[in-house]
Amino acid sequence: MLRLEGVSHSYDDRAVLRDVTLDLAEHRIGVIGANGSGKSTLARTLNGLVVPDEGRVTLGEWDTRRHARHIRRRVGFVFSDAANQIIMPTVAEDVEIGLRALKLGREETARRVEEALVRYGLDGHRDHPGHLLSGGQKQLLALASVLVTEPEVLVCDEPTTLLDLRNTRMVHRTLDGLEQQVVLFTHDLDLLDDFDRVLVMDAGRVVFDGVPGDAVPHYTKLMDER
Amino acid sequence: MSTVGLYVPGHSPLHRTPAGAKLLALLLAGIGLVVWADHRVAAGALAAALVLYPAVGLPLRRAWSALRALWPFLLAIGLFQVLFADWQTALRLCAQLAALVLLANLVTLTTRVREMLDLFERLVRPLRHLGANPDRIALVLALTIRSIPMAAAAWEAAREGYRARGLSGRPHLLVVPVIVQLLRMADATGEALVARGIDEDTRH
Repeated sequence: MLRLEGVSHSYDDRAVLRDVTLDLAEHRIGVIGANGSGKSTLARTLNGLVVPDEGRVTLGEWDTRRHARHIRRRVGFVFSDAANQIIMPTVAEDVEIGLRALKLGREETARRVEEALVRYGLDGHRDHPGHLLSGGQKQLLALASVLVTEPEVLVCDEPTTLLDLRNTRMVHRTLDGLEQQVVLFTHDLDLLDDFDRVLVMDAGRVVFDGVPGDAVPHYTKLMDER
Repeated sequence: MSTVGLYVPGHSPLHRTPAGAKLLALLLAGIGLVVWADHRVAAGALAAALVLYPAVGLPLRRAWSALRALWPFLLAIGLFQVLFADWQTALRLCAQLAALVLLANLVTLTTRVREMLDLFERLVRPLRHLGANPDRIALVLALTIRSIPMAAAAWEAAREGYRARGLSGRPHLLVVPVIVQLLRMADATGEALVARGIDEDTRH
């Protein structure tokens, strides 16, 4: 289970996370908040992309400060702009590159790549340049490239921000069908309807923690007061 | 959008030929053209290179795309040789250069980057003893290829923004926004590499 204990972080003099303590045990957790509320930094602390100035983030016995490599293999991360996440020239190669770290062998690697391409509807694009895919397909490629490594947890930082309604729904359906724990940071409140737990962030703090039916009205009221 | 250096799926014998064999053939073709320095041979090689494109299922416009970037150099070399040597030398040098670029492009278009990187890793493996990391070098090469369309996209985006504001001319004004955008892309790609645990793998 991901656990945050007294996590605080600043960029220069600007505090972006203030004493955040959380146990993230539920299968599907949403995080909402205004721009600048600390969501992206919090997301990045979960797989060690950001190591907090104070406090600690752990997954089981692993600590992001000392075991970032182990944690990154268990906590997959999807960014809002999938285009920047595409590393290799073609779709199949991009899915495959993440598996290299696992040293699975040629056959097992090929099998997993094939399976991921079919599962995420990318098998017709295997040899196409990833950067020429549509926005939705790029985000599916980003998801496939991360999920092919079979992480325990998937952290998504605003994965639908750049997508239209159809592609947003496609990503939503994909996230819906995952066995992994999903921690979704989003502005898209509709995605959270059937989530188990939603956190509301404001000024670097978690100001509400509950079910979507209560969290979304709380967030809306918070924004109305601004 | 740049299409240079991108694999085109296909089932031709050339697609199925291992990357190493194709690169070796390219090397031998280059050596042969230099050793057998004759304008008729060079012209024949150029014609053969052009014929190979449709023969392996690639449209001739792919050959034209490769030559289009080359023509100012061909023109300059040709004119220089005609003025200071003779037309046979001009023809030979231009045909040699064009033939080799077309053949190299053909290798790229029929070889997956992954195959090329695997070959490269095998070739530089002995350098491990000197402290080199073949995985990391291969990753750098892959990112370099990947960055070609990224750079083109950054330039196009900056140009569109410039035009959308009713501005024209003075293309040097695009340099700073393009560099800023490329640096941001590089930063994001670096973060993605770390997030996917790829950098740690290549360090070991």
